[in-house]
Amino acid sequence: MIEFRSVTKRFPDGTLAVDDFSLVLPSHKTTVFVGTSGSGKTTLLRMINRMVDPTSGCIEIDGADISTLDPVKLRRGIGYVMQNSGLLPHRKVVDNVATVPMLRGMPKKKARDEALALLDTVGLDRSLAGRYPSQLSGGQQQRVGVARGLAVNPNILLMDEPFGAVDPIVRAELQQELLRLQRELGKTVVFVTHDIDEAFLLGDQVVILRTGGKIAQIGSPAEILANPVDEFVSTFVGADRGKRSLHVENHGDGDVVVDETGRLAGVLVGAPPSLAAAATAPFEPESKAGPQGSGASAQGGDPR
Amino acid sequence: MIFLSETLAWLGDPAHWVGASGIPTRLAQHLLFTLVTLVVAGAIAVPIGFVIGHTGRGRSVAVATAGAFRAIPTLGLLTLVALWVGIGLNAPFVALTVLAIPPILAGAYTGFEAIDRKIIDAARAVGMSELQILLKVELPLGLPLLIGGLRSATLQVVATATLAAYIADFGLGRYLFEGLRIRDYGEMLGGSVLVIVLAIVLEGVFALVQKLVVPRGVTAGRPTDIRDGSSRSRAVMEPAIEEGNINVHSK
Amino acid sequence: MTWIWSNLDLIWDRTFDHLVLSVPSIVLSFIVALPFGWLAHRYRASRAVILTSVGLLYAIPSLPLFIVLPFIVGTSIRSPLNLIIALTLYGVALMVRVVADGLGAVDRDVRQSATAVGFSGWTVFWQVELPLAGPVLLAGLRVVAVSTVSLATVGAVIGAQSLGSLFTDGIQRGIQAEIIAGIIATVLLALALDGALVLLGRLLMPWTRPSAIGTVSRTSAALAEATP
Ligand SMILES: Nc1ncnc2c1ncn2[C@@H]1O[C@H](COP(=O)(O)OP(=O)(O)O)[C@@H](O)[C@H]1O
Ligand SMILES: [Mg+2]
Repeated sequence: MIEFRSVTKRFPDGTLAVDDFSLVLPSHKTTVFVGTSGSGKTTLLRMINRMVDPTSGCIEIDGADISTLDPVKLRRGIGYVMQNSGLLPHRKVVDNVATVPMLRGMPKKKARDEALALLDTVGLDRSLAGRYPSQLSGGQQQRVGVARGLAVNPNILLMDEPFGAVDPIVRAELQQELLRLQRELGKTVVFVTHDIDEAFLLGDQVVILRTGGKIAQIGSPAEILANPVDEFVSTFVGADRGKRSLHVENHGDGDVVVDETGRLAGVLVGAPPSLAAAATAPFEPESKAGPQGSGASAQGGDPR
Repeated sequence: MIFLSETLAWLGDPAHWVGASGIPTRLAQHLLFTLVTLVVAGAIAVPIGFVIGHTGRGRSVAVATAGAFRAIPTLGLLTLVALWVGIGLNAPFVALTVLAIPPILAGAYTGFEAIDRKIIDAARAVGMSELQILLKVELPLGLPLLIGGLRSATLQVVATATLAAYIADFGLGRYLFEGLRIRDYGEMLGGSVLVIVLAIVLEGVFALVQKLVVPRGVTAGRPTDIRDGSSRSRAVMEPAIEEGNINVHSK
Repeated sequence: MTWIWSNLDLIWDRTFDHLVLSVPSIVLSFIVALPFGWLAHRYRASRAVILTSVGLLYAIPSLPLFIVLPFIVGTSIRSPLNLIIALTLYGVALMVRVVADGLGAVDRDVRQSATAVGFSGWTVFWQVELPLAGPVLLAGLRVVAVSTVSLATVGAVIGAQSLGSLFTDGIQRGIQAEIIAGIIATVLLALALDGALVLLGRLLMPWTRPSAIGTVSRTSAALAEATP
């Protein structure tokens, strides 16, 4: 479990990127930060592995305040996948994936063997192992990035717009792949995107941000769709409702959530503001952030 | 063709290939002096350049200093130091070390700067320590430009070492000044040709080394892939001129 | 320092000699480098040949070149002409690459749209490519100017007079002030020529002026100029 407690980040140039942000990110679930460019998503994400240190407030991972941990060690235990993959151009695919395990002292042979197995996991042919990143397509590079993020078998996987730079068809493929991986591996995934469809597709918990790292709404995709908390959220969510893959339909006795093929994805029980979680996006009991978040209070709720 | 005949006659005379003032001795002096100067200048400039390149601090100072050094006439520096420390090897050693530092420094930090920030950011994010980033990412990726800086410095030192024979009795430059003094065309031409050949050979060697040290992955991009490989290796090989980073050496 | 005050005439004379050597070299470098740089930019085959040649040319140390050149082109070793040719060669060696890179950096889209709106081959070069490459060319020319001024001093050891003569004379007579004066004068001269080039650049390329950066149009740049 990752917990933000009243976290504020003001950069030296005065930019207030994140303002008094509190949130619980449940374990083994995917939390998606979604918002327009500059809303502080990347800053939030990078505070989790101490690439950025908060100006005030604290962040805990499983109860431990991360500001007391050594940043380098912390990062080696957390997977990180970024847009444009961030692979080392002078190292072969297999060595890129094996980088962090070897930094942690794993013998080269073993690290490479495990790296090859990881290529299978992310659906890459092993014949690509000997290539350099520049010899791969964008989608392949992104898969290598994911494999590298998984290489130390981390509990937490941070993903910053990982599919932002690939074409829509490849993106859809990678999204499905991530869903499959997540079903198999059950990591605590923190995913950043500006694409609301992607957020709803991948997120168990979706956090919609407005500028300044302020939470506009938190909830499961179904809850947010069913009950956008204000004008800002409904505009953001409904910008192109026609193409929205998940949407809410009213069937007389209650709202149901339907996916793009018209199949029932879940039922919204009860009426707002006391919504329960939708069937497709159950919340862990320990996290009270979701359901209430879709109500009048959009500030993430009190975690304890 | 007085040029060819005089040059060949002088170079062909076996008497010029033996003894303390023979070509092999003078050539060895010239090379050894160049090497020692470069090693000392490199030992000073490379670490500083790496720190500037890694942290991004002190860059403007370095650029300004390098620019100022470009304007300082080497002959002026040589003669001034010679007046201070006396005729002999010390003066050219000090002067040439000072002159060799800016190009090496520039090569070291521009090499780091040419690296895509995202690569370094990602390396840090996956848990490389600053030292590991320096050694495993910045050094291999920045090496071609560092070698480029060494190449400029080498050519400058070889050239200025020739000039230094004006104030010290060593190296191939002696033939030039001897020849000029006693109006021996063969000697001044033969000596000049030797220096020119030496410089061009070194230039060729460095060009080759510089190609060889470009990391495989950086050159391996498919030629059709304009998005990546070509532009990146280009960025590594040729820093933008607007940055004031052209490797220039005075002679 | 008294040496400097009592020898201002001498310093001024040598400065003039120095200008006679360096200014023509700088101007010639630019003029000669343009066609070669264009060739290197335009054709793949000539690019390799030209850039390799200027690379090797630039590798040649100055003193040997000063000595060898007269025997090849028939000038007298001490004549200013000998030095001007040599300095021009170095300037060209530097500038050709700059011209090739500068032209290469002109956006292909800009070039194509210029052709599309009806510029013919040569007018594209003179009215679009060359002006757009202007800032890069200027940067290169400034480097050429500074290094030419510095390089010209070397001629003193073969007897060609310049500010470098203050060095050779200073060391022979043991006058430290003379050498220092020579260094200062050389640096100042380099700075002056550099400054002159910057001014010339602003005059010829008003759109690169700090006030006119980015989207500000040429008209408003002209307005800014008119307003004191
Ligand atoms: N290192 C930094 N220094 C100064 N400002 C920054 C820095 N990083 C981000 N910012 C600013 O903080 C705000 C949030 O940035 P970011 O977290 O990258 O947003 P997002 O990822 O949502 O686009 C932006 O206004 C951005 O300009
Ligand atoms: Mg971002």
